[in-house]
This record gives sequence, C-alpha cells and structure tokens, in this order.
Amino acid sequence: MMLRRVRAVAQKEIIQILRDPRSLMVVLLMPLMQMALLGYGVNLDIKHVPACVFDREGSQQSQSLLKAFQASQYFSVVESERTYADVTRAIDAGRCKIAIVVPHDFSETLANANAASVQAILDATDDNTANIALGYAQAVIGAASGNIQLERAQAMGQPPPVVPAVAEYRVWYNEDLVSRNYIMPGVVALVMALVGAQLTSLTISREWERGTMEVLVSTPVTSLELMAGKILPYFVIGLIDAAFCLMIAVFWFQAPFRGSISTLFFTTSLFLVVVLGLGYFISASIKSQVGASQIALVATLLPTTLLSGFAFPIEQMPAPIQWLTYLVPARYYFSILKSIFLKGSGIADLAAPIAALALYAAVVGLLAARAFKKTLG
Amino acid sequence: MTGDIRIRADKLTKRFGDFVAVNAVSFEAGRGEIMGFLGPNGAGKSTTIRILCGLLRPSSGRAEVAGLDVAREPEKVRANIGYMSQKFSLYDDLSVMENLSFFGGVYGVKGARLKRRIAFAVEMAGLAGREDAVVSDLSGGWKQRLALGCAVLHEPKILFLDEPTSGVDPASRRRFWDLIYALAGDGVTVVITTHYMDEAEYCNRIALINGGRLVALGSPSELKRSAIRGEILLVEGDDPGAMLEALEGAPGVRDVAPFGSSLHIVVDDAARDRAAIEARLAERSLSWSRIEPIKATLEDVFVQLVGEGGKAAP
Ligand SMILES: Nc1ncnc2c1ncn2[C@@H]1O[C@H](COP(=O)(O)OP(=O)(O)O)[C@@H](O)[C@H]1O
Ligand SMILES: [Mg+2]
Repeated sequence: MMLRRVRAVAQKEIIQILRDPRSLMVVLLMPLMQMALLGYGVNLDIKHVPACVFDREGSQQSQSLLKAFQASQYFSVVESERTYADVTRAIDAGRCKIAIVVPHDFSETLANANAASVQAILDATDDNTANIALGYAQAVIGAASGNIQLERAQAMGQPPPVVPAVAEYRVWYNEDLVSRNYIMPGVVALVMALVGAQLTSLTISREWERGTMEVLVSTPVTSLELMAGKILPYFVIGLIDAAFCLMIAVFWFQAPFRGSISTLFFTTSLFLVVVLGLGYFISASIKSQVGASQIALVATLLPTTLLSGFAFPIEQMPAPIQWLTYLVPARYYFSILKSIFLKGSGIADLAAPIAALALYAAVVGLLAARAFKKTLG
Repeated sequence: MTGDIRIRADKLTKRFGDFVAVNAVSFEAGRGEIMGFLGPNGAGKSTTIRILCGLLRPSSGRAEVAGLDVAREPEKVRANIGYMSQKFSLYDDLSVMENLSFFGGVYGVKGARLKRRIAFAVEMAGLAGREDAVVSDLSGGWKQRLALGCAVLHEPKILFLDEPTSGVDPASRRRFWDLIYALAGDGVTVVITTHYMDEAEYCNRIALINGGRLVALGSPSELKRSAIRGEILLVEGDDPGAMLEALEGAPGVRDVAPFGSSLHIVVDDAARDRAAIEARLAERSLSWSRIEPIKATLEDVFVQLVGEGGKAAP
C-alpha cells in the first residue's frame, strides 16, 4: 500500500466531485430530501392490534366503552376474558397485544370524579408497538368516556360537562410526537444506508464507461490503493450527510437525543465504511453506471426498510427471516442509534452491534478489494 | 544483444470461448525499436497488446516484457510500461496539470523527479501555458500528445500505443511521430498499432496481423521485397470497375486490385507485360489515361497478404 498512490486517487476523485456541481448538489441535498420525505411521510400507524377485553363491571357504560374499542380501526377485539389469569394467558400466548380491563366501579367513578381509570395491559416485547398502541388506547378511552358523560348529562338534563374532546386531540398530538421519536433513528439509518451505497456505486463503473479504466488498470496502482483512494472522499461527504440528517432529526423533528456526539461519530463512521464498501463492491462487480446505481438502491432500500427492524419489529418476524436480518447492516446501526438517542448509551453499552458492524466492514472491504480485478478479461 | 530484447512473445494465444482472437503469435522487439502492428479491424492487435500489458491472461503461450513474465508478474510489468489504450486515456473533466499529477501519482513518481517529468511532458505535448486548460476543451492532437506525456511520466522502458493517431489531423500525426522517434532515440521500445499505411512506413519493423495470426514480420522494405514478387503497374481510366473485370485472370496479370480510382496490377516484368495489358483493354474497348510502373507500397503488400477485405478504409 503506497500512500502516494492512494493520495493521487483521492485527489483526482475530489476534483471530479467538486467539478461536477450538479452531482455534488445531489449528494448533499438527496439526504435532506429523504429525511423530509421519510420524516413526514413514514406512517407507522398501527392498525388492528389484537386486543382482549375484561369487563369487570358489565354495565351499559362499560359495554359502550368496549364497543368503542371494537369500532376503532386500531384494535380488533379478539376475545373477552373472565379472569385476570385468562388475560395473562392470552397475552403470554401472543393471542393479543393489549388487554383492556374495565374496573368494577367504572360507571361510578366516571360519574363522581369525572374521570375513570381503565387498566391497559400491554405486551411490551416490542416497546415501539406497545407505546403506539397505548397512545391509541388512551385516545379511544378518552373519546368514549367523554361520550358516556355527555349522554348521561343529557339524560339527566344537566349542562354538558367539559367534554375531553380537546384532550383527545392532545393525546393524538403527543402520540404523534412519541412515535416520531422512535421513527427518527430509523429514518436516519435508512437514509444513510441509501446515500452511502449510492455515493460509491458509481465510482468504478464511471471509469469503465468513460474508457479510463483500461489505462488505470495498466498502471501500478493496486486494487487496495484504488479502493482506499476512492472511498476516502466519499467518507467525508458521507459524514457531512450524516451530520445533516442527525441535525434534522434532532432540531427539526425534535427527536430526543440523550447520547454523546463522540459515540454517534464513531458508530456512524463505522456504518459509513460498511455502506460505502457495499456500494464500491457493487460498483466493482457491475460495469454499467445505471446498473450499479440501481442495484445499490435495491440492495440497500429493500433490506433496510423491510429487515432493519425499522418498519417491522424483528421480534415479530418468523425465525428464518430473523436470521436474515443479521445480514442487514442497518439493523445494527438502527439499534445503535435508537440506544444512543433514547437511552444515551455509550460505546461500551453498544459493544455487540459495534462488533457486528466492524466484522461487516472487514468482510465487505475484503470482498470489494477482491471484486475489483485488475484485468479486462 | 539478448540483454537488449525488451519484448519476447512465444506462441501467444488468446481464445474468447471458441473464438481464437490471437493465434500463436511469436516475435521479439529490442531496445529503441519501433514495432508496428498492422492489420484489419478485429485482427487481434489490441488483444495482443493487452496481453503484453498484463491486462489479459494469455490462453496459452507466454510473453516476457522487460524480462518479466506478463502472466505471472503483471504488477511488475506495469511499472515498466506505458500504455495508451485505443479508447480515450485521459480524464476529460480534469485539467492538463491535474491529469499529469494524477498519473504521476499512480505511477509512484514523486518530489523533484515528478516536477521534472511533468515539465518534460508539458513541453513535449506543446502545452506550456495551457496547464490549467480542461482536457475536454483541447483538440484531438493536443489530447493525444498529452496522453503520450502521461504514459511516459515514469520513464517506462516499453510503450504500447493502440491506434494513438486515429481521428487526428495529418499535421498532428506528424508531430506525434516526431515524439515517437525522439522516445525511441532515447531507447524506449515502442509498439504501435495503426491503420494508416503511411505511418506503417515509419516503423522499424512491421508485424502484419490477420485473423489472429502473424502473417508477416519485417522492415517495410523487406516486406515489400518478399511479399511482392514482381512489379507494379498503375492503371488509370474512365471505368476502373470494368477494367478490373477485364484484367482479372488476364495473361501476364498476377494480381489486380483497386486503389482509389486507379488499379494496381502485379506483373512479373512491367516492361514486357505492359503491351499485353494495353491489348486486353483495347480488346474490350476500354480507354485508359495512364499506365506506368510504380514502386510497391505497403498497401500493395497488405492487399497481397491480407486481401481486399482487410484494406483499411481511406
Ligand atoms: N473480451 C472479448 N471477448 C470476446 N471477444 C473479444 C474480446 N476482445 C476482443 N474480442 C474479439 O477478438 C477479435 C480481435 O479484437 P481486437 O484485438 O480488438 O482487434 P483489433 O485491435 O486488431 O481491431 C475481434 O473479433 C473481437 O471481437
Ligand atoms: Mg484494436
């Protein structure tokens, strides 16, 4: 490995990037647009969460509350229980995600205190779904109990009490923010996976298409030097992109950030090496620019959206699919980002996913260096 | 003398599937020699050069460049060679100086030597004062000279030039050949492919390649002497097509081929056979404006050894 040659390749690549302002704009603006698009557009609304109900009162009021659950598109009431033990069994067996328990004094407290407490028991293995489901449950209960009070007030000829319709909206608004907090680390991971692979996917195929590759391979530059020199400038661009994305997540979408910048920098760098290497590998294996870019898109978009745990919780996937997720680098980065953002985890806490990413980086680097053969045949 | 052999190809063969692109080609080239590869499109010239540069592995046979086996030590070979590919060899979006710095860098040239070599290349290409010009703004001749300059930054012992002058105006081609002569004068072995016959005449030796085979090898005058046993008569007239038909297989005519609007006729003895040819044309009532003996050109050699189909388009 001769640094002189790595530097020559890197310098050339930087000049080419800077001399093409249009593609420079694309690499800097693309992540911003994707952040906006996904940040606003990703809808992790959960529909038809299987729910069981346990009505300890059995009054008209409690029944109308449970009907409201049945009617909402967020829940499907799959069974009614008779005891707490039944409730526990239903949740343990996975037949339902949430259990709604109406207390025996529901109507009474609602009448006296203007507020009744309804118990919601959640299967929190996937705390993302659980959180959102809980939010929905609160919204449904809020709306239903408001209606119940209103009906009763009308029946008794009293002026209507302050209907918690406003509260319903507040719940909704809050809930939206809560789910966005969970979504933002996922969106950042997804955008960085897409952008990273795109950045390098064109770098080798461009040389083939312009005809400069033939002369390049006739020089003494080695495939490792070429790879290092070509990835280096995109690594810097990738870090800039990552900084943009993370700032948008924190300052624009207000995702809570409890971790340290240095942990974020270290793990993001590692993830970048993996995805840049992946793009380079694709680029070295495919000689056309359009082909390389499309394959890079498919190779990152589909696995990242489907298998990183971002859109679908990994714990709920069938076992073979769960195994497949170990091959998706964004899976590790997503879990790292989630921990850094929400729990403030440090490098030591993240040893396992960091080790996985490091292994991934080594394998991808090796494959990429080998994929690029200095021959034409 | 053996120490001066820079390229040694021994029964070099390259197959692409069933197709034999290079078929048992053997030759040697020495220090300071200009070796021309001449042959029709698809003859296997570029493939041979790519094998010699270590870019393609030979299917069989072997080749040594700068004393190194090209299949076994391609990386070491690359440090000793400069290569201008048939396609465009420069970065279009980089300036003259940026291209030179890049190639200097990947060839591992540095410091004062790099400065000196870049100055040499700029001077050689005649680009002094235009170091900051972007390559895409340069005309063909400048680009070719700059590509040559980039290929010799590391002072290679052997230079492979694949159709370096195609599509360049005649004045630029002459300038380019002056540079090749200067490099060969410094001891660089130059292998060059061309389809310009006049350029082939400038080579010390020519390897005539057709259908992957080395058909003839020798200096231009040797080739003319050995390939054309006889003399050439040039015939011009109103209807070359009819004349060609009339003369094909006529007594005394060994071969006849169209050259532009005239015909070249290979005969044993120009003075003796001229009368027979005139008689034959008169018999078919074809009129001619000129019949005279000429010196054989490489094109005649080419037509003799490769045939009509192989002749380069004018
Ligand atoms: N990579 C390849 N795969 C298959 N056939 C090839 C390949 N490269 C060259 N050929 C074929 O080999 C023959 C010789 O090509 P080439 O060496 O480029 O000829 P030339 O340079 O003399 O015009 C051509 O018929 C060409 O189509
Ligand atoms: Mg060719």
